Amino acid sequence: MSLDWNALGEVFAVSVGVTVGVVVVFALGVLGIAQVETAREQDGGTHALGFAQAGLCFLACAAVVAYGIYLIVPQFH
Amino acid sequence: MDHITFLVAVVIVTALAFDFTNGFHDTANAMATSIATGALKPKTAVLISGALNIVGAFLSTEVAKTISGGIVDDTLVTPGMIFAGLVGAILWNLLTWLLGLPSSSSHALFGGLIGAVWVGAGSNGVHFDKVVEKILIPAVASPLVAGIAALLATYLAYRITARARKDSVTKGFRLGQIASASLVSLAHGTNDAQKTMGVITLTLISVGALGHDAGPPVWVIASAGLAIGLGTYIGGWRIIRTMGKGLTDIQSPQGFAAEAASTTVILTSAHLGFALSTTQVCSGGILGAGLGRRLAEVRWGTAGRMVIAWLVTLPAAAAVGGLSATVVKHGGNLGTALIALIAAAVAGFIVIASRRNPVHADNVNETHEVTIRGGASTDVRTAA
Repeated sequence: MSLDWNALGEVFAVSVGVTVGVVVVFALGVLGIAQVETAREQDGGTHALGFAQAGLCFLACAAVVAYGIYLIVPQFH
Repeated sequence: MDHITFLVAVVIVTALAFDFTNGFHDTANAMATSIATGALKPKTAVLISGALNIVGAFLSTEVAKTISGGIVDDTLVTPGMIFAGLVGAILWNLLTWLLGLPSSSSHALFGGLIGAVWVGAGSNGVHFDKVVEKILIPAVASPLVAGIAALLATYLAYRITARARKDSVTKGFRLGQIASASLVSLAHGTNDAQKTMGVITLTLISVGALGHDAGPPVWVIASAGLAIGLGTYIGGWRIIRTMGKGLTDIQSPQGFAAEAASTTVILTSAHLGFALSTTQVCSGGILGAGLGRRLAEVRWGTAGRMVIAWLVTLPAAAAVGGLSATVVKHGGNLGTALIALIAAAVAGFIVIASRRNPVHADNVNETHEVTIRGGASTDVRTAA
């Protein structure tokens, strides 16, 4: 019985990398939204940087989700 | 339809019954943390999950070419053994549901088949090296990988959002959870429904009702999809409580991290041809998310009982499968009918036992324990 350490290592590296990446990017997006909401409440203004940050981060996450759906649905490949 | 004998009909019905238990056993995998954090209302969560499981069933065209992925010698497998194996898997799924323990439906199915083939065709019909390669190693590795990924991701998520407004953070991650939980459900539908389709299709091929290399007929796809979707919608609330509340106290950033980790591990492994159990991956992810947040309480007692259930799943289902196979082998159609009746009776008994302290959509988040005896909590409810 041989254990395929390479496949196992690959699963480990890709899984940890993608998970941490997605969650960190999403957390940055949430942080952006939080800044926007804080600014709106304090002086009725908008927080342009926070807004842009949230938009970019959520767009990146949406792209990963789209790739996930692509992987799940066999008709796409 | 001359080929559809009594035995084949029983196998099809049993396979669909297994599919149903598979669905409600695994609702928790995708939805437990979303329900626990309030990202989705319990009823909404099971509806989304059920619908996505049906969609997933229709999307997956690559139906399993072998029943067991090489764990047993498929050329020796008869419809009688498949029936016996399914009975073992169903009963084990129901028992673990009663106890609120998330255990792997695939392992139960493999266990049942191993037991039935061992009794029906001898131990040389079971490929033990494959058992180690396809079940044992992924069972150890996959929850660990998902757990480590979720732990790191949770830790970083809390670090990044530490100084942000609490309500914005909670709301943001709740929305994210809806997407991540839906992906898990879809992946589950494409994987697990096709197992049942494979079982039914291969049974039909083995009796000559379908040609070799035939794909599943539309009625097989539709019935398997509906069975797993309905099972998911009914919801194994006892298991949802254990996974959402029992293992650790989950907040929305943790739920998101756990689901992201589970989805990633499931997809990477499938892509690299690495078999694994969705249940074990998701449990690992939830435990990791529990460890990643400081001050979160991880209930090792519950986690320990769950791991024991994982260890026992295969041998227990194998024992029931083997016992059923003996009766089917010597008793013919009469024996098959007898086993089917006994299995239905045991299943009914388990359902009645669950009624003594029911867990449902309205009380799933109330406590973190699943008990069988009617306890204080029900008394309080009736008094209040």
